[in-house]
Amino acid sequence: MEDLTSPKEEKADQEVGEVGRPWEEITVASSQDPESGLSEPLESEQGPERGPQPRSSPPRSPQSRTSTPLDDLTGPDASSAPSPPQEAPSPPSILTLARQELGTPWQSDKTPDVDPKAETPRSPHLEQSSDKGESTAPQMCQSEGNIFQQSQQTGHHLYGPEDVSENNSKQKELRFNIFQEEDSNSNYDLDCAEPGVSEVAPSLLEIAIQSAKAYLLKTSSKSGLNLYDHLSDMLTKVLDERPENAVDIIESISQDVKMAHFRKKLDTLQNENEMLPTYEIAEKQKALFLQGNLEGADQELEDEIAENSLPNLMESAFYFEQAGVGLGTDETYRIFLALKQLTDTHPIQRCRFWGKILGLEMNYLVAEVEFREGEDEEDIEDEDVPEERDDGDSGADEDDEDELPRAFYKTPQATPKEESRTGANKYVYFVCNEPGRPWVKLPSVTPAQIVTARKIKKFFTGRLDAPIVSYPPFPGNESNYLRAQIARISAGTHVSPLGFYQFGEEEGEEEEEVEGRRDSFEENPDFEGIQVIDLVESLSNWVHHVQHILSQGRCNWFNPIQKSEEEEEEEDEEKEEKGEEPDYIEQEVGPPLLTPISEDLEIQNIPPWTTRLSSNLIPQYAIAVLRSNLWPGAYAFSNGKKFENVYIGWGHKYSPDNYTPPALPPVCQEYPSGAEITEMDDPSVEEEQAFRAAQEAAALPAEEMEETEEDEDEEDD
Amino acid sequence: MDSESLLLSLELASGSGQGLSPDRRASLLTSLTLVKRDYRYSRVLFWGRILGLVADYYIAQGLSEDQLAPRKTLYSLNCMEWSLLPPATEEMAVETSVVKGRFMGDPSHEYEHTELQKMKEGEKVFEEEVVVQIKEENRLVSVINQIDKAVAVIPRGALFKTPFGPIHVNRTFEGLSLSEAKKLSSYFHFREPVELKNKTLLEKADLDPSLDFMDSLEHDIPKGSWSIQMERGNALVVLRSLLWPGLTFFHAPRTKNYGYIYMGTGEKNIDLPFML
Repeated sequence: MEDLTSPKEEKADQEVGEVGRPWEEITVASSQDPESGLSEPLESEQGPERGPQPRSSPPRSPQSRTSTPLDDLTGPDASSAPSPPQEAPSPPSILTLARQELGTPWQSDKTPDVDPKAETPRSPHLEQSSDKGESTAPQMCQSEGNIFQQSQQTGHHLYGPEDVSENNSKQKELRFNIFQEEDSNSNYDLDCAEPGVSEVAPSLLEIAIQSAKAYLLKTSSKSGLNLYDHLSDMLTKVLDERPENAVDIIESISQDVKMAHFRKKLDTLQNENEMLPTYEIAEKQKALFLQGNLEGADQELEDEIAENSLPNLMESAFYFEQAGVGLGTDETYRIFLALKQLTDTHPIQRCRFWGKILGLEMNYLVAEVEFREGEDEEDIEDEDVPEERDDGDSGADEDDEDELPRAFYKTPQATPKEESRTGANKYVYFVCNEPGRPWVKLPSVTPAQIVTARKIKKFFTGRLDAPIVSYPPFPGNESNYLRAQIARISAGTHVSPLGFYQFGEEEGEEEEEVEGRRDSFEENPDFEGIQVIDLVESLSNWVHHVQHILSQGRCNWFNPIQKSEEEEEEEDEEKEEKGEEPDYIEQEVGPPLLTPISEDLEIQNIPPWTTRLSSNLIPQYAIAVLRSNLWPGAYAFSNGKKFENVYIGWGHKYSPDNYTPPALPPVCQEYPSGAEITEMDDPSVEEEQAFRAAQEAAALPAEEMEETEEDEDEEDD
Repeated sequence: MDSESLLLSLELASGSGQGLSPDRRASLLTSLTLVKRDYRYSRVLFWGRILGLVADYYIAQGLSEDQLAPRKTLYSLNCMEWSLLPPATEEMAVETSVVKGRFMGDPSHEYEHTELQKMKEGEKVFEEEVVVQIKEENRLVSVINQIDKAVAVIPRGALFKTPFGPIHVNRTFEGLSLSEAKKLSSYFHFREPVELKNKTLLEKADLDPSLDFMDSLEHDIPKGSWSIQMERGNALVVLRSLLWPGLTFFHAPRTKNYGYIYMGTGEKNIDLPFML
């Protein structure tokens, strides 16, 4: 917008020559008039140059119209061309009129109403001419001005409205200077050479021009812009920036100009390296795609092992997609590659994509794996660490507190965690934030963590080492919480069609009797599949194949009494035995493995599962879809023979009621309540006297007056 | 998400795990085109899915030329036959606020709610249990309205306000830059502004009236009710509402692709303060 000067320099010289300039001056001068006094001296300088124009211009106007092909497009300024002569009988009146107009119309610039524009040039013109004492008739001047406008616009019509609309005096000064230069260089031979009459009636052409410009200036009802301004903006931009082959990129220039309206003026401080993380992750994922090729001759051997462990993720993703669940093909494939990387780098017997847990900052992709026999030593090492820490704490407590008053609080017996490969620690879980990032093994879960996890409800952040700030305090950090939630979700939602698994035959009979339940199963080789429609219609065709976690936090019940009896012998004398603790705790029994899910408890009249046929349009090839209502995000599908479970969600259990954190425990009793520390009312005088009388009565028979007096004194105090 | 770019949008929003099965997608593509024609909407948004126990509601919204004008909401159970929902009213919101639990998936289902009402009989005032029947359709309308009011999101610059008032799609919107995309202040609530009027002049000084005419997510209460993540190696920014779990907004920076979808149970997460 601002830099209208450069276009003028060029075009004016080339196309229309000097014809256009006088008008430019006029408009500029006029438009500047109301704004700043700067224009005055400039105008007066130009005065002489313009002197001859009025006389010579009238004949030129027809000529210039014909000479330029763009005439048709010239603006509506011409509309007022006929009017000025009649309107302006005397110079002073016009001057005042124009002055008045100048005050207002510049603000309403962009409207297609062009009358002010056409009329305003008169005022400076008149001033100049009168200043210079030239005898030009005011009518002539006006008509000349108007006609100049028309003719000039063949070359410059784009700038017309700007002159009017721009209120920025600075820009005008700039422009003005250049006009001056031009003016000084140019001569007006052409103008002068054309003789003619100024009183040419507005021809059809002029009206056409005028309507065309009006059309261009029409404001869009949507954006409030008009094409006229837009085109001038574009040309300004082109001439400012001088791009190569501007014609080829004119569309995008147009787009840029429009976008500039919506772009905020940006800070000078900008992030240079904002693309870096993109490349980083791309680089990491590239490794996933290349891993197959990197391994050479050993591949055959490894394939034999890997084939067993790697699940066909894309196949189950296909089925889940039928169910309307899933992460999208692209992401699934990356996860697939990441799983391959995991199975290639670890001695893994069986691997499964467990699901995805959404976090606040990052998400977790969870892989459920089973190590090969004898390959999970590291597992044991990991397990020892937290236990040692626990022991250390309790030991330190005992040593330090010998002299200090001892707390009566007896820490409840910690339920030992389950051995790896059993119960809640049956599988090992690996998580990563994004395919390509390293897989991290989660620590195995302790009953205390499961018990606490049931009482809290926290969002995952995506950082495994993030602390869990909660009440009741969670023993561990986010990795432990994640592991506990995974255990809970698995126990609640991992289901399979009835008959897919069967109890292992080789299972030791004695153990079963002791536990009262079986905890291992194997795939049933004779499984023949269940009709999909049966799976949809009856929940009893689905069974849990992960053990229920007892409220103790273990899958297999642990009797806390046994151990406490042993310890009681040592600790009996030191610590008070708690009366509440019963000698015998009734064994908790959960539902056995492979219990049909139809026996799952309802959540306040909400059924725990919803079954659906994946498609009602083509039911013959549809699959059965099971959605957990207890753990929103847990899904299972089965096509009769195959099944798979997945969890994609926030990792929280559903509850129709709002979460209430458990109440704080009652304050510990520091001293046992008794007569000594119980507050009593002070005795009244009568009571005291009665007491004294009684004392005296008792003392008289004993005849030991002195002693009783002392007693009384003490009591009075 | 715009129904015209449904497939791409679903792909971009798939990170939350909820998608549409192929038959649903295909039927939506067909039926939403017809909805647009029959109801003469200038734009049809696929709004999302509310999971019911028996069936799911699929929700679409029709927009008129003015993007912030009240939207028409349609629902369907099979993605083919769409029915218009009545506009949400205050009474509806009050009436349905007592309903807890999951949607059934049957618009004519009636929830029963017993409430104590004070009855006056002469001098005596006593409380009586009254069973109120609440239609699931009303609850659906009210929940959709609440979600729209609370968590419908649009990136800054995607809409602009014309000088005459109506709000139009900004055809020159080229997406947020990466650094902007990571800030909550670059996203707006896709609704009539509420907070904007309460801002001080100083706060409003930097606002561009043609663009910043809606409330930004920055000052949402409770603080931290959005999870903002870059996915696919910064090629996609995903906003998940923690207040209404299931609402996913996605935007691929420096492209025109953006949209939001709700796939959830239609229940507000009132436990949020405990969970952060």
